[in-house]
Amino acid sequence: MARDMSDIDILKMELEQLKKEVSTPREPVSKTSKETMDWCEAASGTDLLITGVPDDKNPYKPEKGGCIIT
Amino acid sequence: MACQGLASGETLKSLKAESETLRKKLEEERKKLHDVELEKVAEKAEALGELNMKTRRTLKGHGNKVLCMDWCKDKRRIVSSSQDGKVIVWDAFTTNKEHAVTMPTTWVMACAYAPSGCAIACGGLDNKCSVYPLSLDKDENLSAKKKSVAMHTNYLSGCTFTNSDMQILTSSGDGTSALWDVESGQLLQSFHGHSADVLTLDLAPSETGNTFVSGGSDKKANVWDLRSGQNVQSFDTHDSDINCVKYYPSGDAFASASDDSTCRLFDLRADREVSIYSKDSIIFGAASVDFSLSGRLLFAGYNDYTINVWDVLKGTRVAILFGHENRVSSLRVSPDGTAFCSGSWDNTLRVRQEG
Repeated sequence: MARDMSDIDILKMELEQLKKEVSTPREPVSKTSKETMDWCEAASGTDLLITGVPDDKNPYKPEKGGCIIT
Repeated sequence: MACQGLASGETLKSLKAESETLRKKLEEERKKLHDVELEKVAEKAEALGELNMKTRRTLKGHGNKVLCMDWCKDKRRIVSSSQDGKVIVWDAFTTNKEHAVTMPTTWVMACAYAPSGCAIACGGLDNKCSVYPLSLDKDENLSAKKKSVAMHTNYLSGCTFTNSDMQILTSSGDGTSALWDVESGQLLQSFHGHSADVLTLDLAPSETGNTFVSGGSDKKANVWDLRSGQNVQSFDTHDSDINCVKYYPSGDAFASASDDSTCRLFDLRADREVSIYSKDSIIFGAASVDFSLSGRLLFAGYNDYTINVWDVLKGTRVAILFGHENRVSSLRVSPDGTAFCSGSWDNTLRVRQEG
């Protein structure tokens, strides 16, 4: 589809797209970054790839004895 | 003849000039709102402790390169697809293979688990996306119930179910993405805008509405409205193919992995790139990325066989993971965030955890 289009058609498509994008509503990075950070911090307590999983709740740890050789 | 040549030459030139002007305007508008760097805002964030990621399971069984993998919502099953046409469903806790399908094609570049856990979708060089209902009967031939859902005019690079088993979103080397009804195979919506192969797509988290992001060989990442088919935002700061895109868990941003050896974070409300995850020592392409549940960590798999773990907010690398013996092609965090799985050209998958 796109790769079958002529150069002119591709340029026209890009131009139409750019016209739309120039008028997109945007917010300042200071505001959005703070929100991203706040969201992240609120969720970080339950992020098990940061805190680790307690052994008794971890399906990947063997229950008794044995060991995993990595 | 000569006149026609002149006319098209002028149009090409004037179109390019208009395009340039608009691009400059777009840059200006975006620059006005670039009042601070994410890293600066993140100075207030607590530093991460040292990470100690361990491999818990190694899934062996593919006879060739693993190209794609996906988790089931049950947080224990994984589907993976390979260059030799095999698609395997694993129980990650026990490493048992629960199902295996041989596709009538090689290079199965895309696979996905249905939200119900009762089916898988996959495709590649056959230009199609096929759905296989998973049978509880181990001896049943899964290929018998196979359904061809999507038809593209070039290879299938990515597929994902939407919020139900009823619809599939696909991306293709033919430059388009498309939304299909699984039952009828009908094309519901198609998405045009990339000027080269679409290599990856990711659906927005359901709370944030009906959009998805795609990345392509044209170095662009585009955000689309599922219902209207419109391209609502576009980002073109990468210097090479974008191999993978993933939404930030809040849905307000997304990350990308590129052949230009960087991963980047794009903020959708600020409409710009806000962070680059790169190092001079990292010179190989990044193939796949995913976020941890809080969005603080970004896991990225590279063509130099490593996985780099990035602090999304501060922009620094917090860990480098070795183990795979060839390119890391695919990487996903489990639905409950307890582990992440990586698939590699070394024919294996590895499940890792912090601990």
